[in-house]
Amino acid sequence: MADATSNQTFLVVGGGQAGGRAVEGIRKAGFDGTVILLGEEERAPYERPPLSKQVLTGEAEPDSARLRDEGWYQAQGIDLRLATRVGRIDRERKRVVLEDGQALAYDRLLLATGAQPKVPDLPGVELTGVHVLRDMADSLALREAMRAGARVALVGGGYIGLEVAAAARKLGCETTVLEAAPSLMRRQVASELGDWYARLHRDHGADVRTGAEVARLLGHDRVEGVELTDGSRIDADLVVIGVGIRPNVELALQAGLEAGDGIEVDDQGRTSDPDIFAAGDVTRQPNPYVDGKVRLESWQNAQNQALVAGQAMAGAGDVRHADLPWFWSDQHGINLQMVGMPTGQPRHVWRGDPAAGPGFTLFYLDEAGRLIGANAVDRPADIAAARRMIERGVNPDPDKLADPEVSMKKLLKGQG
Amino acid sequence: MADDNLEWHAVTKASELEEQEPEHARIGDTLICVVKLEDGIFAINDVCSHEFAQLSEGFVDGEEIECPLHQATFNLKTGEATAPPADDPVETYPVKIEGDQVYVGFKKQA
Repeated sequence: MADATSNQTFLVVGGGQAGGRAVEGIRKAGFDGTVILLGEEERAPYERPPLSKQVLTGEAEPDSARLRDEGWYQAQGIDLRLATRVGRIDRERKRVVLEDGQALAYDRLLLATGAQPKVPDLPGVELTGVHVLRDMADSLALREAMRAGARVALVGGGYIGLEVAAAARKLGCETTVLEAAPSLMRRQVASELGDWYARLHRDHGADVRTGAEVARLLGHDRVEGVELTDGSRIDADLVVIGVGIRPNVELALQAGLEAGDGIEVDDQGRTSDPDIFAAGDVTRQPNPYVDGKVRLESWQNAQNQALVAGQAMAGAGDVRHADLPWFWSDQHGINLQMVGMPTGQPRHVWRGDPAAGPGFTLFYLDEAGRLIGANAVDRPADIAAARRMIERGVNPDPDKLADPEVSMKKLLKGQG
Repeated sequence: MADDNLEWHAVTKASELEEQEPEHARIGDTLICVVKLEDGIFAINDVCSHEFAQLSEGFVDGEEIECPLHQATFNLKTGEATAPPADDPVETYPVKIEGDQVYVGFKKQA
């Protein structure tokens, strides 16, 4: 692959956070040719976290979520083309064909096509009043619909469902959370912590039901309720489905790139075609802290992996994405941060007393005593220390880890 | 910066600062983060330039402090943003120590 030169054109497909960070990476690495960013939405790239939080409650306006203001794209010489859909990629002729038939030639291409909400195949999902939450339009539509007194049922007790539940309570809605698994945030945290969050939401007035499998949505034109497999019914004016996302791999598959549950990339974001890169939620990548490859659905990945992919695309040879996975969720004003993706049967060590309220951390240790993950509830500094312990392969003394009087910094340095 | 252009505000005792452990202070409406490093005591504005968060609740690693919310980092000596998502620096303030008292200097209002 020849070095990138100034008469070349780099095309980025996807105007989300990853697309926005990728073009930043391209310029950061010194590429001074043409850079075109194609986004489907009418909005310039924005970050998604506020969509289920401050934007949803009306505490923040949509523009506050913008990744960059318009002047930035101009100053960076980025040709930002919004409301533009790509139809297909023609790898042989190195061009993409837009849905309106226009063709754009590229020397290198980056796909940041993101993901879309999974919608379960349930009777009634097509009814009016059934929402998903992924983009700004979804957030604004839900914000409009969540009037005080409305009855809101959340299908799925993961981050999205729970953040929407918190917003719904704040707006004065009657709120029910329906989670099929035995505990909340099943994919992210230990069941004891999921149960702590169930109590938190109940204390704020939500009806939280775990082990609740949805059979169908009720109603004629508009949704009127949810029926569970045990026959029980929950009346609802609004149903929000938050059961995960699936990557938008269609363009990649059509182009013959290796893709399945995500576009396969290396640690520089390179796909099976050396002139095509991919970034963000849509990628499936190696990660030193995970067995095998992983698709990371996170703000961190959409930022840092995209920066790496953009730089690598522009010829930077020394960058690689190997971040320890990190996630956060804000519910009822409480900040939950998670590092690592512990699997197997890790040992749990609690630091601080969950019964006393927020301000505690749950650590996960593997059989060898190595720290492999942590969930901090309103204790962000523990996450910063835990991250470094995991990165450095520290085996902290579990008794000291459990003692909030022992400094995490000392444990990190092995002085605890 | 000559001392006579500054107003000095007492913020903490030097003996109460632990190396690499940030402390916060407030001068008027301004939130300040004070950190003792190997080679001195440094003061920066406590509010992350990316989104509201108090840096003094974050983690100090070497000369850098990491924001507790989104992991942006800032150099404690220069205020420079050294990792995304922050782009803009945070303000730095001169520090002087008299006896055990740590003072932070603000420019006098004209």
